[in-house]
Amino acid sequence: MSGDVKTGENGAGIALDGVRLRLGTQDFDFDMALPAGKIIAVTGPSGSGKTTLLNLLAGFETPDRGRVLLAGQDVTALHPSERPVSLVFQDNNLFSHLDLFTNIGLGISPRFALSSADRDRISAALARVGLAGFEKRLPPSLSGGERQRAAFARALVRNRPVLLLDEPFAALDPSLRQSMAALLQALHDDTGNTVLLVTHDPAEVRRLADHALFVSQGRIALSAPVDAFLAHRNIPEVLDFLGS
Amino acid sequence: MPIQKTSTLFSLAALAVGALLAFSSAANAADKTLTIYTYESFIAEWGPGPKVKEAFEKTCACTVDFVGVADGVALLSRLKLEGEGSKADLVLGLDTNLVSEAKDTGLFEDHGIDTTAVKVPGDFKDPVFIPYDYGHFAVVYDTQVLKAPPASLKELVEGDPSQKIVIEDPRTSTPGLGLLLWVRSVYGDKAPDAWAKLKNRVLTVTPGWSEAYGLFTKGEAPMVLSYTTSPAYHMVAESTDRYQAAAFSEGHYIQIEVAGLLKNAKDKQLARDFLSFMIGPGFQDTIPTNNWMMPVSATSQPLPDAFGKLVVPQKTFLMSPEEVARNRAAWIDEWLAAMSAN
Amino acid sequence: MTPAERRRALAGGVFSLAGILLFVGLAVFALLTFAGASSSSMSALADPYTLRILRFTLLQALLSTLLSVALAMPVALALARQRRFFGRIWIIRLMAVPMGLPVLIGALGLLAIWGRRGIVNDTLAWLGLQEPIHIYGLAGILLAHVFFNLPLACRLMLIGLERIPAEYWLVSGNLGMPGLSVFRFIEWPALRRLVPGIAGLIFMLCATSFTLVLILGGGPAATTLEVAIYQSLRFDFAPQRAVSLALMQIVVTAGILGFLTLFPAPEDRGIAAGKPVRRLDGRKIAARLWDVTVLSLAVLFLGLPLAAVALAGARADLPKLLGETIFWRAALTSLSIALGAGLLSVSLAMAITQAREAIAAKRNPARIARLFSATLGGTSSLVLLVPPVVLATGWFLLLLPGGDTSMLAPVLVLGINTLMSLPFVIRIVAPAMAAHRIRTARLSASLGLAGWTRLRLIDWPGLKKPLLMALSFAMALSLGDLGAVALFGADGLTTLPWLLYSRLGSYRTTDADGLALLLGLICLGLTIAGTAGLKIPEERDER
Repeated sequence: MSGDVKTGENGAGIALDGVRLRLGTQDFDFDMALPAGKIIAVTGPSGSGKTTLLNLLAGFETPDRGRVLLAGQDVTALHPSERPVSLVFQDNNLFSHLDLFTNIGLGISPRFALSSADRDRISAALARVGLAGFEKRLPPSLSGGERQRAAFARALVRNRPVLLLDEPFAALDPSLRQSMAALLQALHDDTGNTVLLVTHDPAEVRRLADHALFVSQGRIALSAPVDAFLAHRNIPEVLDFLGS
Repeated sequence: MPIQKTSTLFSLAALAVGALLAFSSAANAADKTLTIYTYESFIAEWGPGPKVKEAFEKTCACTVDFVGVADGVALLSRLKLEGEGSKADLVLGLDTNLVSEAKDTGLFEDHGIDTTAVKVPGDFKDPVFIPYDYGHFAVVYDTQVLKAPPASLKELVEGDPSQKIVIEDPRTSTPGLGLLLWVRSVYGDKAPDAWAKLKNRVLTVTPGWSEAYGLFTKGEAPMVLSYTTSPAYHMVAESTDRYQAAAFSEGHYIQIEVAGLLKNAKDKQLARDFLSFMIGPGFQDTIPTNNWMMPVSATSQPLPDAFGKLVVPQKTFLMSPEEVARNRAAWIDEWLAAMSAN
Repeated sequence: MTPAERRRALAGGVFSLAGILLFVGLAVFALLTFAGASSSSMSALADPYTLRILRFTLLQALLSTLLSVALAMPVALALARQRRFFGRIWIIRLMAVPMGLPVLIGALGLLAIWGRRGIVNDTLAWLGLQEPIHIYGLAGILLAHVFFNLPLACRLMLIGLERIPAEYWLVSGNLGMPGLSVFRFIEWPALRRLVPGIAGLIFMLCATSFTLVLILGGGPAATTLEVAIYQSLRFDFAPQRAVSLALMQIVVTAGILGFLTLFPAPEDRGIAAGKPVRRLDGRKIAARLWDVTVLSLAVLFLGLPLAAVALAGARADLPKLLGETIFWRAALTSLSIALGAGLLSVSLAMAITQAREAIAAKRNPARIARLFSATLGGTSSLVLLVPPVVLATGWFLLLLPGGDTSMLAPVLVLGINTLMSLPFVIRIVAPAMAAHRIRTARLSASLGLAGWTRLRLIDWPGLKKPLLMALSFAMALSLGDLGAVALFGADGLTTLPWLLYSRLGSYRTTDADGLALLLGLICLGLTIAGTAGLKIPEERDER
């Protein structure tokens, strides 16, 4: 079960080993190994397969062939809830009719059976993301940035070694993005988790990533430490992305 | 907001309405017209209406215009609603139980024609309304299920409660009212007791004849309240004698269907001509196998064999329209009380 | 909304409300002032008989509603959870058929299964059980009401469940929320918003039920107010009493519905962004077993009586029926009325919704505006309680001086059907328009999109699906309606149910069976059109 996965100080490595998948008429073919405990940016044009990559890791898609490895563990056959990952999307991360306390509490116990220690953890997590005292607030009463902070708080209490983010800041304005990025960096520094961040924003790659991927037409076109990635000159698409 | 869309839809709907109007008004045209209000099944393509229209139009150089409503009760309601302004020259399809109320409207006048040819059991005679057909109410049963049908109303009332009957509601249908009067005729003031016993045999009480007969032919109950003439339909049209009417020794209550002339008829002579025609063979021939009722006078051909096999009641019950009008509400209340008791 | 748009929306609302109130009010006025009526039994509104049937009316409606809603819930949940399996769309389509059938036909279909000679009792007898199931009485009424209303509840719930944002299911999968948690934290909150409205609708339908109650009720102990209203207008011809009873029906039912609105429904703010929905929770074995069981039972419960209707119909001489000109005339009439009433009903629903949105969008609506909005909301659902026979009779009286009532009969049937389907249509149209507005209003406004361009590019694509569905709903309802106006004569206005009844009324049971089958097929055709847009987006996501 999920609770068994230990969050080492180094987070967990991510690997897709000969993963093949066909969705409709599109083929995906992923083969990669990523460093543990780093922030990894996933870039690439729309429809290239970034979200599919994330879905494979989270368990929403199962490969036709190959293995998915998280923290050295083969999770290919595991249900999403059994994988050592937390998720944050661009929007609708929180159940809008439930208050923040419940939303985050569900991250600790999906049956919402909470001990008093758990309750304290929820408040602490809210405080950590700058939402102290927001327990009873409903998501629609929050700003977009506050909602994403709450989603981070839930990831925090879940304490999984891998955090998957699908364009989490895309709906926020630039100044907010910076402070959110700083929060993400701080949380990463606290927990030492492995962060996979899908983004369209080269600035975000520069600001946050230790390592970066470029996905194109269902394949990993480039996987490199961020310095090498930013210095890359061979693939026109990557240049386009960085140049914009 | 997409207000424009709303108006587009409105205009589409208006188009549909327009088409419908144009579609329904394509009729009417002739100098001399006889307008007859009747019930819908009379003028259905298999009913007597089309044949009657054709036969009468040959003799009168006029156009017969039938207006069909749901049933006899609706016919009276429509007259009440229209009052003096009614377009009707004749009304055809009331039954004797409605006669008193119909007269109370003051819309009818004496027919003034010779009705000696008319022979109906119970000898119904009226200066305003002329019978054109009749039938006796009867319990029709399924011979495949019921080997020993009740031979009297008493046997029906007191028989095996597991052998069910479907009856009609006297609050909403004429056969239902017929049974109410039948039981009253036989049991008199003991009618409520009879209903209390019969209640256990009643599978259900339907709003009208169609629902009851539908349940019966689907096999839900082996008996239904219908007419002595019902088996004729099955014998003639479906060549089966599976469904038969049970002869009751006490006698049967009769339903007589009548026609009357309206005071404000446009062409009274034409209307009277029709009434005379109505009790002659040209009209009466169409009754047995189109309306599935008994003719009130001689037909030009003998009735089909099937009619010879029908139950001929030994005795006919018929209450005067006035008596029915006076007591209907009280008797229905009695019926309700008896049938609703636990 | 720009001020001009708001003004237009409000004007549309005023216009619609006035139309509805006039249509109902004039009919009632005509009846109340009718001179030729016997005013004898006017007194007896509080007599024991009326009170008894009032009690029964409410009791059976309450139980029917509880059962229909409670049983529809697992079915809707299962359908929402299992998004792709063979025949799913057909189950959804099947659910529109009971609505479009004349109730007598549905009752006969039910009896073929549950009746004394139905297959359930035959099976029990074959197993050696002596005492057959006897459904006549309250049990039969409840059975029939569930049969007719469960599909309605189920489809309305399904619409609501499918509006749940796709991310919720990813989050719940990731968090590992068990079925009970998913129900408690995701599904139930979505349903809770809908249940009062759905329950209210079903309560009104069951409270005004007439034919079913009499046929399956087993005797006059089972009588609804609607029967008494019908009786007062037909046999007794006491219009004033009919109107009083109708008013009583409206007031009492409205009171109970008002009670339902005391349960505040939290607002639906999550917006489905059109992402493909993945229900991983539906892939677990236990969930699949449960869903398969629930759906099988639902399909059997709804499908068997319909199959019995179809089977009986197949025995009829269908080529002969199809060869009759009267059939085609009736079909054309029915479809024209259904289309006209459907379009009108959808237009009214849109106008009312726009007006209510315009008022809700104001930061501080005046009391009068709020009252207007509430009146619009109440009126658009309470019209279901006005007995069609009252409207028909009243309008017949009104139109008499104009001469030819036969000309106006189609218009009347159209009007009545429009009103009767309005409450259903508004349940589909209002939430869809609200969601559409949230999604597009600001963007459209900022781009300056308006008029035809906006209609073509934004509104029609966004609202096509719910509008078509609402239209098919309304049309199915109108198709099954006998047309109360025909009671007093609508010369030449032959609808399909009318034709069916007239065959039944003259021993032609087999013809009637055949017509029922054809009517059912037409309804199915309509709902196929109504669900045409349903499966496009999630074509490829789950296997």
